Amino acid sequence: MQGAQDFTLSCPLPTDNATHVTLAHGGGGRRMQQLIETMFLPAFANPLSEARHDSAVFTLGGIKLAFTTDSYVVHPLFFPGGDIGTLAVNGTVNDLAMCGARPVYLSVGFILEEGLPMTTLERVVQSMQHTAVAAGIQLITGDTKVVDKGKGDGLFINTAGIGIIEHDLHIAPASVEPGDAIILSGDIGRHGMAIMAVREGLAFESPIQSDCAAVSGLIQTLLDASVTVHCLRDLTRGGLASALVEIAEISHLHVNLDERAIPVREEVRGACEILGLDPMYVANEGRFVCFVPASEVEETLAAMHAHPLGTSAGCIGSVTADMAGVVTMQSRIGVSRMVDMLSGEQLPRIC
Amino acid sequence: MRYIDEYRDAQAATQYARALARMTTRPWTLMEICGGQTHAIVKFGVDELLPADISLVHGPGCPVCVTPVALLDKAIAIALQPDVIFCSFGDMLRVPGSSRDLMSAKAHGADVRMVYSPLDALRIAREFPDKQVVFFAVGFETTAPANAMAVYQAKQQGLTNFSMLVSHVLVPPAMEAILTAPQRRVQGFLAAGHVCTIMGYTEYEPLARKHRVPIVVTGFEPLDILQGVYMCVKQLEEGRAEVENQYTRAVRRAGNQPAQQLMRDVFHVVHRAWRGVGEIPRSGLGLRETYAAFDAEQRFDVATHTLDEASECISGLVLQGLRKPNECPAFGNRCTPEQPLGATMVSSEGACAAYYRYRRRYPVATSPAEE
Amino acid sequence: MCLAVPGKILSIVNDDGVMRTGRVSFGGIVKEVNLAYTPDATVGDYVIVHVGFAISTVDEREAERVFAYLQELDNLEEDLDDALY
Repeated sequence: MQGAQDFTLSCPLPTDNATHVTLAHGGGGRRMQQLIETMFLPAFANPLSEARHDSAVFTLGGIKLAFTTDSYVVHPLFFPGGDIGTLAVNGTVNDLAMCGARPVYLSVGFILEEGLPMTTLERVVQSMQHTAVAAGIQLITGDTKVVDKGKGDGLFINTAGIGIIEHDLHIAPASVEPGDAIILSGDIGRHGMAIMAVREGLAFESPIQSDCAAVSGLIQTLLDASVTVHCLRDLTRGGLASALVEIAEISHLHVNLDERAIPVREEVRGACEILGLDPMYVANEGRFVCFVPASEVEETLAAMHAHPLGTSAGCIGSVTADMAGVVTMQSRIGVSRMVDMLSGEQLPRIC
Repeated sequence: MRYIDEYRDAQAATQYARALARMTTRPWTLMEICGGQTHAIVKFGVDELLPADISLVHGPGCPVCVTPVALLDKAIAIALQPDVIFCSFGDMLRVPGSSRDLMSAKAHGADVRMVYSPLDALRIAREFPDKQVVFFAVGFETTAPANAMAVYQAKQQGLTNFSMLVSHVLVPPAMEAILTAPQRRVQGFLAAGHVCTIMGYTEYEPLARKHRVPIVVTGFEPLDILQGVYMCVKQLEEGRAEVENQYTRAVRRAGNQPAQQLMRDVFHVVHRAWRGVGEIPRSGLGLRETYAAFDAEQRFDVATHTLDEASECISGLVLQGLRKPNECPAFGNRCTPEQPLGATMVSSEGACAAYYRYRRRYPVATSPAEE
Repeated sequence: MCLAVPGKILSIVNDDGVMRTGRVSFGGIVKEVNLAYTPDATVGDYVIVHVGFAISTVDEREAERVFAYLQELDNLEEDLDDALY
C-alpha cells in the first residue's frame, strides 16, 4: 500500500512507517487492516482466509470445524479482572464462539523472556487451567521457547483453538442482511481502560476491572433457542466501532447506531473523559455484537438476559441498505455522524 | 457525570438550534479557536444543528498542529540520543516531522514515553537519575501553568537530569494575526474556554474594540457551544462588538491569579513560528533566564535537517479559517490520517482529522431548525 | 487545546503550597490532582482538571446559567407568540 503511492520528496511524511513495523500496525485499526490486506492475505491466498472472520470454518471428514489462532502480548501481565493467561484462554474460546462453534481444544505456545520469575509463570499457568475448566475446554498441546533478556515483555502466549460447529447457520459478516437488528452483549470499554490505567501509570485508585470472560456459553443459549444468528463479532482491539466498521465494509451494508443505547459504566466514562478517549474504540475481552433478524430481537434478548454474562444485553441499532460499507451513529444530542476506523491505537490526548 | 451530561441534553440542544434559527437574519462566519471545541463540534454534530446562514470555521487552536516542523525534528533528534527518556503528551506522538514522527523514532529504539501530566515526567527524572529526561512542553496558556510548575519543582528539588523542550503558543496574538489578514472572513469568535480559565478575558477587550468583532468565551460541551454561538450571533445581529462570557461556571474575568503568577515567574513572551502560518511576533512562551538551565534546546546540541512542507498541504489556510478541510483537493484521497500531508490531518484535534473521521462520506442532513 | 474535565474533591492529601494535592473523583475514577492553583477549593467542591492540575473551581450557581438562559429565550418566544396571536 505504501509502495503503491507516489510521494514528492519534500513531503514531510513519516516514510519510516512503511519500512518498519510500528505499534499502530497492531492496534486493530486501519494500519493493521492494511497490513493484513496487502501483505498477509495476498501471500497466503485461499478462500478460507478471505472470509475474514475471527475463525476459519471448514469441513473435514464430514465434521464442520472452526479453527483459530491468537497471540497475547498484553503488558502488564496481571491486571484487575485477569491476567495474560485468562486473556489467552478466553480470547481464543471467544474467537471460536464467534462462528457459533463449541470450543473443544486449545494449544499453547509460550515465549518466555530469560529472567522471568518462575512464580510469575506458575501464576499464569494456573490461571490458564482455571479459565480452561470454566470454559469447558482442554489445553492439549503446547510449546516453549525462551528468548534473550530484553527481547520480550516477560511473557508472550500464542494459542490455537479448535471447535465443532453443530448447527447449519453460516455465521459471518457476509450473512448480515438489511433489516437485521444489532445486539450488544453488555457495557463497553472495561478491558482497555483497566489495562491503560495500570500500564500508563495512570493510577486510578478504584480500579476498573477487565470484562475478560468466555462468552461461548452465552452464545450457546442463542443457538439452543434456535435464533437465526447472522453474524457474531467480539469487540477486542479497536473496540465496538472498529468491529462494526469492518462488518459494514465486508457486508457492503449500512450500520445505524444509537449512541444512547450503548451502555458504558460510569468509571469507564470517567477514565475516558480524563484521557480524551472514546469508549467506542476501547478494547473489550468479554463482549460481542450479534446480528439477528428484526423479528427475533425479543427472543434473542430473552435468551441473553437469562445468562449471567448477558444481563445488560440490548439492541443498539439496525442494518439498512441505503449506503454501502458505512457506520453512522445518532449522537447524544440527536445528530447523526459517521463512525470510522482509527488509523492505529487510540492515544490519550490533552488537547 | 456531573457538569458534563447535562450539557449534552438533546432537547436543550434542539431548543437552542430553534432559537438560533429564529434570530439569524443574514449569513455570519464565526471562528472557534480551540481544537477541543472543533473536536466536540464535529463529534456531536453541533454544526449540523445550526441554521445554514451560520458558518463555523476552525481556527489555529491546536498547539499540536502549529508546533513548527523544525522543533519536532529537534524533539525526535533528542529522543534518539542515547540515555535520553523523552516524555510527551499522546497528542504529539504521531505528528509528522521532516522524515518521521516520535512513534517511529520509538520503533527505532528511542525511549519515548507518553505521560498524562508534566509531573509524571518529573517523577521519571527522579526515578532514573542516570538518564536525561526531556519533556515536550506543548500547549496554549491552559497547559503553561502545569508545565511551569514542573520546572519550578525541578529547580526546587535540584534535579539536574530534567529539561523541557518548550513550544508554548498564545491565543490573542493568533487572533490578532487572523483579524489583520487581508482575506479575513471571520466576523465573530468563540474564545477558548479553558485558556480563559487561566488568563481571564481582559486581553480580548482591546481586540474586540479595535477590530469590531464580538468575542464570546465558550466552553466545550454541545450546549456550551450552542449558547456561545447564540450569544455571538446575537451581538452581530445587534451590531455589538463586546467580550462576553458563556463559560461562567469556570471562567472569571481576571482568570486564575496563582497560575498566572507562576507562569510569569517561569516563562516570558517570545516570538514564535506557527506551522502553516509563519512567525507571529510575541506569540509564544519561552523559559526565563533563571530557568535556562532547564531548556532542552540549550542542553542538547543536535543537528537536524528540516524539509519544506509538502506544497499541496493547505493546513495554513485551514488553521486561519480561510478554507475548510473538505475544500482541499488532497483531502480524503492523497491526504488521510494514514498518509497525512500535514499536522492538521494527524493531530486528533486538527480540523482535517476531525472532518475526515466524521464527515468523509456522509450526506449532509437537513438542519432540524429549518423545519 | 485543553481537554479539562470536572471532578469532585474527595479529600485533601497534602495542603502544602505548590505541592497541594487532593483526591478527585471523575464519575467514580479517583485520581490525585495538584490543587496549587485552586488554593480555596475544598472537599466537596468540583474542580476543572487539566493534565493533573485543577485550573478552576466550578461555580455551581453559574452552572445553571446555560439552562436559565434557554428558559429566558423560551419565555421570550412565548411572549412573542402571545403578542402576535
